[in-house]
Amino acid sequence: MTATTPIQFGIFTVGDVTPDPTTGRTPTEHERITAMLTLAQKAEEVGLDVFATGEHHNPPFVPSSPTTMLGWIAARTERLILSTSTTLITTNDPVKIAEDFAMLQHVAEGRVDVMMGRGNTGPVYPWFGQDIRQGIPLAIENYALLRRLWTEDVVDWQGRFRTPLQGFTSTPRPLDGVPPFVWHGSIRSPEIAEQAAYYGDGFFANNIFWPKDHFKRLITLYRDRFEHYGHGTREQAYVGLGGQVFMRKNSQDAVREFRPYFDNAPVYGHGPSLEEFTDQTPLTVGSPQEVIDKTLTFRESFGDYQRQLFLMDHAGLPLKTVLEQLDMLGEEVVPVLRREMAAGRPAGTADAPTHAARVAARDAEQEGAAV
Amino acid sequence: MRPVKLAVVSAGLSEPSSTRLLADRLAEATRVALEDQEREVEISTVELRDVATEIAHSFTTGFAGAALREASERVTEADGLIAVTPVFSASYSGLFKSFFDVLDNDALAGKPVLLGATGGTPRHSLVLEHAMRPLFSYLRAVTVPTAVYAATDDWAAADDGLTPSLPRRVARAGGELAGLVAPRATQEPGPEAEEVVPFAQQLAALRVEEE
Repeated sequence: MTATTPIQFGIFTVGDVTPDPTTGRTPTEHERITAMLTLAQKAEEVGLDVFATGEHHNPPFVPSSPTTMLGWIAARTERLILSTSTTLITTNDPVKIAEDFAMLQHVAEGRVDVMMGRGNTGPVYPWFGQDIRQGIPLAIENYALLRRLWTEDVVDWQGRFRTPLQGFTSTPRPLDGVPPFVWHGSIRSPEIAEQAAYYGDGFFANNIFWPKDHFKRLITLYRDRFEHYGHGTREQAYVGLGGQVFMRKNSQDAVREFRPYFDNAPVYGHGPSLEEFTDQTPLTVGSPQEVIDKTLTFRESFGDYQRQLFLMDHAGLPLKTVLEQLDMLGEEVVPVLRREMAAGRPAGTADAPTHAARVAARDAEQEGAAV
Repeated sequence: MRPVKLAVVSAGLSEPSSTRLLADRLAEATRVALEDQEREVEISTVELRDVATEIAHSFTTGFAGAALREASERVTEADGLIAVTPVFSASYSGLFKSFFDVLDNDALAGKPVLLGATGGTPRHSLVLEHAMRPLFSYLRAVTVPTAVYAATDDWAAADDGLTPSLPRRVARAGGELAGLVAPRATQEPGPEAEEVVPFAQQLAALRVEEE
């Protein structure tokens, strides 16, 4: 079972199949998938709390079926929370999301939450019968239905984007009658911050590729609106952030080793220099201490938060290297971050969400209502 | 009344460049015309060469660096804009276009814009009408009727009795821009707030029942 902590640390993976620029070798899909499974197990072994996988339906990405992968990981782990980054609320049928993640909750004894995202690849939408221009309305309507499927045993539904439901029961019902905690992931849309706030859900700002000013505005909006909708104070809102690091004992060694991967990376390669990018975004390439220092600045910018996910395994980095990175993250970085972030955390700041805590909160609420 | 804020964008590459020279002349003519109306003028010039690498990076990263952000803000906040490019391959230069690609879609909406271009030969002068004006129409800017093209010869030519000389075209264009910006430059800008559509409204638009 997962213990309650102020902040959860973990890794999130895109699942890209990228040639290693230093050898020119491209892993097979099978190698990449098994590498992701290995990393998830390693995450638990080194004391991390969360493993999250992306969902993609186009090469060069492999994770098209997240709950299949997370189900396997659930069987091989004991504490790790299994999550997504993100689950496509726009192109997946909300009925299937409701069923898949409720099933995963049972398989994983509640160690499950989910991050909703829209997906920004235009051609993917028509493959699933949708249209990217309807991205926000799809995210809103599909999520409204998903919540009802999880919280109401029998649902009648009619909406704009899927066939109506009459007398439908999504099975299995959520574990202990409490659905997975939901994060809403967003890079740029205030509508999604507003949606997360409206429902009292979590807001995950994937800040890894952009400067912090932009995310400050989004997170401030989310916290303000969370309070506005009466879910608690701004400090009780659930905020998650991304990070991206490459470490070696000596800073110069980290820079030297990571530079070819940076220069050729799918998202930002062939653009600004490594130095410019580390200056402007959360990317840290250096010693474990530098990673600690940079990560500790996040709470100054965004307030104390509940989840920190690191991107560790992209751009063609070999599995062996990423495993070494996870060792350093688990042994040298996260213990210090846990200590530093627990100290000076204002009273009243929300703890990171877990299934057990949510069940307890639900029970307390029902008892209160009964009295 | 507050000063009129003019932004000048020059895509000239050499230093000094004839493009910057034309841009400065147009700015000066606009200043003179506004001062005739007893309006104070603040002129802020953006040399695109200085932000060229940040413009390129913004395409690969999706965000603007600090200097480019600052340049974009100056242009967006101005009451009027003077935009001058050298002619490259029968059109505005790629750098010039890239800067306007990076700006927000509606940054120039309703803004008076005076167009200028420079080239080695007068044969390219219709670039103003066939390339530049459609770009700014698309961006919903209000383009000033007189656009000014300066070929190498123009810098030395006097009135030939058929077309007005460069200084006279510059003065006319500056006068037209002054006429358009002066009435706009009266309100103080309001504080910027994050606009949010209340979620209930978003649900209602989809006819989804509130919980």
